[in-house]
Amino acid sequence: MPQFEAGTFDCIVIGAGHAGAEAAYAAAKMGASTVVLTMNLDMIAFMPCNPSLGGPAKGIVVREIDALGGVMAKVIDKTHIQMRMLNTGKGPAVRALRAQADKVLYQQEMKRILEEQPNLTLRQAVVERLIVEDGEVKGVVTQIGAIFRAKTVIITTGTFLRGEVIIGDLKYSSGPNNQMPSIKLADHLKELGLQTVRFKTGTPPRINSNTIDYSKTEIQPGDDVPRSFSYETTEFIMDQLPCWLTYTTPETHEIINENLHLSPMYSGMIKGKGPSYCPSIEDKIVRFADKSRHQIFLEPEGRNTREVYVQGLSTSLPEHVQHRLIASVPGLEKAEMMRAGYAIEYDSVIATQLWPTLETKKIKNLYTAGQINGTSGYEEAAAQGLMAGINAACNVLGKDEVVLDRSEAYIGVLVDDLVTKGTSEPYRLLTSRAEYRLLLRHDNADMRLTEIGYQNGMISEERYESFVAKKAQIDAEIEHLRKVSVKPTEEIQAIIAEAGGTALREPMKAADLLKRPEMKYSELCTVVPPLEEITDEVAEQVEIFIKYEGYIEKAMQQVERMKKMENKRIPENIDYDAISGIAKEAKANLKAVQPLSIAQASRISGVNPSDIAILLVYIEQGKIAKVSG
Amino acid sequence: MHFDTIAAISTPMGEGAIAIVRISGEYAWEIADRIFQSPAAKPLCEQPSHTIHYGHLHDPATAEVVEEVMVSIMKGPKTFTREDIVEINCHGGITSVNRVLELVLTEGARLAEPGEFTKRAFLNGRIDLSQAEAVMDLIRAKTDKAMSVALNQMEGKLSHLIGDLRTALLETLAQVEVNIDYPEYDDVEEVTIPLMVEKGEWVRDEIDQLLRTSSQGKILREGLSTVIVGRPNVGKSSLLNSLVQENKAIVTDIAGTTRDIIEEYVNVRGVPLRLVDTAGIRETEDIVERIGVERSRQVLKEADLILLMVNSSEPLTDEDERLFEAVAGMDMLVIVNKTDLPAKIDLEHVYEMAGKDRVITTSILQEQGIAELEEAIASLFFEGSLESGDLSYVSNARHIALLKQARHTIEDAVQAAKAGVPIDMIQIDVTRTWEILGEIIGDTVQDSLLNELFSKFCLGK
Ligand SMILES: Cc1cc2nc3c(=O)[nH]c(=O)nc-3n(C[C@H](O)[C@H](O)[C@H](O)COP(=O)(O)OP(=O)(O)OC[C@H]3O[C@@H](n4cnc5c(N)ncnc54)[C@H](O)[C@@H]3O)c2cc1C
Ligand SMILES: Nc1nc2c(ncn2[C@@H]2O[C@H](COP(=O)(O)OP(=O)(O)OP(=O)(O)O)[C@@H](O)[C@H]2O)c(=O)[nH]1
Ligand SMILES: [Mg+2]
Repeated sequence: MPQFEAGTFDCIVIGAGHAGAEAAYAAAKMGASTVVLTMNLDMIAFMPCNPSLGGPAKGIVVREIDALGGVMAKVIDKTHIQMRMLNTGKGPAVRALRAQADKVLYQQEMKRILEEQPNLTLRQAVVERLIVEDGEVKGVVTQIGAIFRAKTVIITTGTFLRGEVIIGDLKYSSGPNNQMPSIKLADHLKELGLQTVRFKTGTPPRINSNTIDYSKTEIQPGDDVPRSFSYETTEFIMDQLPCWLTYTTPETHEIINENLHLSPMYSGMIKGKGPSYCPSIEDKIVRFADKSRHQIFLEPEGRNTREVYVQGLSTSLPEHVQHRLIASVPGLEKAEMMRAGYAIEYDSVIATQLWPTLETKKIKNLYTAGQINGTSGYEEAAAQGLMAGINAACNVLGKDEVVLDRSEAYIGVLVDDLVTKGTSEPYRLLTSRAEYRLLLRHDNADMRLTEIGYQNGMISEERYESFVAKKAQIDAEIEHLRKVSVKPTEEIQAIIAEAGGTALREPMKAADLLKRPEMKYSELCTVVPPLEEITDEVAEQVEIFIKYEGYIEKAMQQVERMKKMENKRIPENIDYDAISGIAKEAKANLKAVQPLSIAQASRISGVNPSDIAILLVYIEQGKIAKVSG
Repeated sequence: MHFDTIAAISTPMGEGAIAIVRISGEYAWEIADRIFQSPAAKPLCEQPSHTIHYGHLHDPATAEVVEEVMVSIMKGPKTFTREDIVEINCHGGITSVNRVLELVLTEGARLAEPGEFTKRAFLNGRIDLSQAEAVMDLIRAKTDKAMSVALNQMEGKLSHLIGDLRTALLETLAQVEVNIDYPEYDDVEEVTIPLMVEKGEWVRDEIDQLLRTSSQGKILREGLSTVIVGRPNVGKSSLLNSLVQENKAIVTDIAGTTRDIIEEYVNVRGVPLRLVDTAGIRETEDIVERIGVERSRQVLKEADLILLMVNSSEPLTDEDERLFEAVAGMDMLVIVNKTDLPAKIDLEHVYEMAGKDRVITTSILQEQGIAELEEAIASLFFEGSLESGDLSYVSNARHIALLKQARHTIEDAVQAAKAGVPIDMIQIDVTRTWEILGEIIGDTVQDSLLNELFSKFCLGK
């Protein structure tokens, strides 16, 4: 194959899935000339699975992406068919937004944004190899021999690396949804010395809405108040489509049990490790045999299609069994299957081979982001894409790298977990992975991250100004409530009684009154009006801050303690072999991960407090015993 | 450099009439002030550095006076660690020094790791760089020992109880997490506030119970448990009496006189011992005696030090050999008694079984060899061979402090639940309680929660 020069850029992004789109946008936005090379331009930001974004932890990630100047939030705000706030009955730390996407509109909108973005070139191409010289990436070569050169390369090839689709006893080489797999590139990455593992994920069948008897299901409408992920969104979609809820039946379970021997999961054909938080229906029924039924959510895939996603029925059983499974569910007796469910196995890169910037340790200026790093989920992919894009651009522009820490963002938790601990199965963000989830809220994503987005040129002046104003207003209102005393007037006593609290005996600071669990800021406002008119968003943050101050403070102290350890840097060229006191297993893991700080070291599995103590002594000693050459 | 405030007993245990509890770190003075009261009622923080003060320690929780003490206060950097230091000089008894340490830990200091004062002195540039290697060795050696002690204690009842508490908390937590992370799943029961209160109160009450029963931990109060074993009539009770110098156990020449356990507390050259005389271990028909024998076996298992006694005037019997087997691997001394009578024992064989330096010959009757025995016990202890007893003493103080912290956090959770605080806030304190209890038995965090989550609940598409 004759090769030819096809252009030189600051940054090449391979793949335009959720990670690639975000990476390309960020790099270009920051001022790096960027090309995104992707297999099929009609498949940009394609959702091969659930047409849905957000939910606990993930929804907060979408907010964080927006606060950092990424695009996911803006795209979904324009293209959803339904939005709901979840966990409203619980505390503020775990509230999260979820949207059902119009799958096709989502792709179109993302493509449009990338097309409009200055500095960004979109090109359909299949990348087969990288150009690596002296341990540094210099560019890529495509299937047809086009050479693209660049200072940085970001690989975001998702589940395509040596992808294999499995349905029943059928197994064939394929990317998701019968797209082409990336085999040459997968081989090439191995040649370059990147270690990979085999993971597996799956998707349920899709059915035709016209053939569903909705009368046998329960309706699940969206919220009827305006909602958005992006802080910049001003237009809200109020015309929403509902989802529907139904259940498996004893018959479903019988069919599965009868046909278990046909399942590639149990026949041993599937070897990749699947996610335990996303079990297939066969898995659920085997592992939770005592449950008489499981929920099935019917989710429309868009406004201009009748295709419906059957959430809860993820399976890789043969197609003829899938037909019977569907028919066993109330409302789906006559449902027509449009696509069968399937499992897919693929190579993913072991993420401990990455620095926290997502640059590979092995090959300089090469980044990987998204499902290729062992995660699963659109939001996780987009978040990594954004961070890789920002860091690649920083690299090119000579700016400081951007690494979020665990107390700053779910994105920080995600990246730190990946590069420090690695993952033994497809990784999904959960709120319980975040030790500071009280600080990582849906409502304050902007407070946490806008500044960083702005510093890196991802946030417009206009937006930044309104952010600064909002912040000042929140501070002022909090101060105000702390100062103002509420006297035991009839009016306030009535409000308190209404809320079920005990009456005031003497004047009390408004803030202290608000701390009472039963008191609401909106009610207090009638007695203690805000200094100036405030939005609901501002009110929310004021209320949360005051109400949960004690808890927030505790969390901050914890963060403080961690930061001290985070600030203790480990020299890059440290020679762990020269440190006699560290236990063997700890040594091996430290050498593999090459933690940058003491805090990171302490999170590595197999590294004990005594190892950390010894490490500390060595580092503080100043002359790292023997530095490897 | 900036570290948290640490505390530890800084005099060897059991030695001397005075013990010192040392506190080092930013809050050292503040902590001392919270528990110390001088007759002048002037806070320590207002006193000049490097001065000594007389007064009393009291427990802020109960206002009870704990100890009469002398307190030295020193401002950094002119101190051993270059940090602010307080040294509380108290009575050397184990009970009192432990109370003091416990109080300091409850007030917010963290129990120092072995060698940590030295480490800080080094890190803060107080000690010479050339000592680095020595410090490392120290840390390494001490942590290894501490680990093995922690493991030993894990076998015990305490760790079982704590394990149960943690399981209960983990189940609740997992359920809360599922409610949060998978709100749309209706098949996981929503953890309600009343349920949270109920679980929390149960855990709190259990901790209270634990604190009551183990409040001064066996070894803390009582010293090394030292068990005298041997066939009937070899002279066990006589040894105990001679060590205690008073006739407590009945000395007779009828085999099997001692039918139950007899305990005495003695201080042998600075080493606190809880001496236990057992009934001669052998198979027996006599019910009363059998109970005694069974208890003897039990006591053996829990001993820190075994004194195995044999009779010099008789050849070794099968029973003797079985005893040697039963205590194999434990810290022990062999006492060959009745040397005033003609020797019939094969002493070489005894040396072979126990190691020559572990064998002491005595004639209790003629008060021979007792000094040698005392010497041997003391040197075993101070050489560190018996350090397990020493360390478990410290870690017990640590357990108590941690249990108190756990009690505090779970109580916070219960109160918050009652006050109607949202569940995910309450969860913060519940998780903290679970973590603290985990610290006691050396268990780690996050992953087990996730495992619990996915093994117990059916989640996902
Ligand atoms: C069957 C299936 C089931 C799933 N189930 C779940 C689930 O249950 N829950 C969940 O959270 N997530 C699930 N996902 C994962 C979710 O779809 C992905 O995590 C997310 O799309 C990953 O985004 P990405 O950008 O990393 O990769 P992708 O969105 O897969 O994008 C990869 C991009 O790279 C391009 N590409 C690949 N190779 C090359 C090449 N050589 N040259 C040029 N371009 C290339 C592709 O064309 C594509 O544009 C599932 C995915 C699949 C396929
Ligand atoms: N000759 C001699 N007799 C001793 C010596 N020590 C103890 N005796 C005697 O041995 C007898 C048994 O002593 P105890 O101390 O009761 O023995 P024991 O091991 O406690 O016996 P049980 O409690 O019955 O198992 C008593 O008569 C003691 O006086 C010694 O060193 N020499
Ligand atoms: Mg006796």
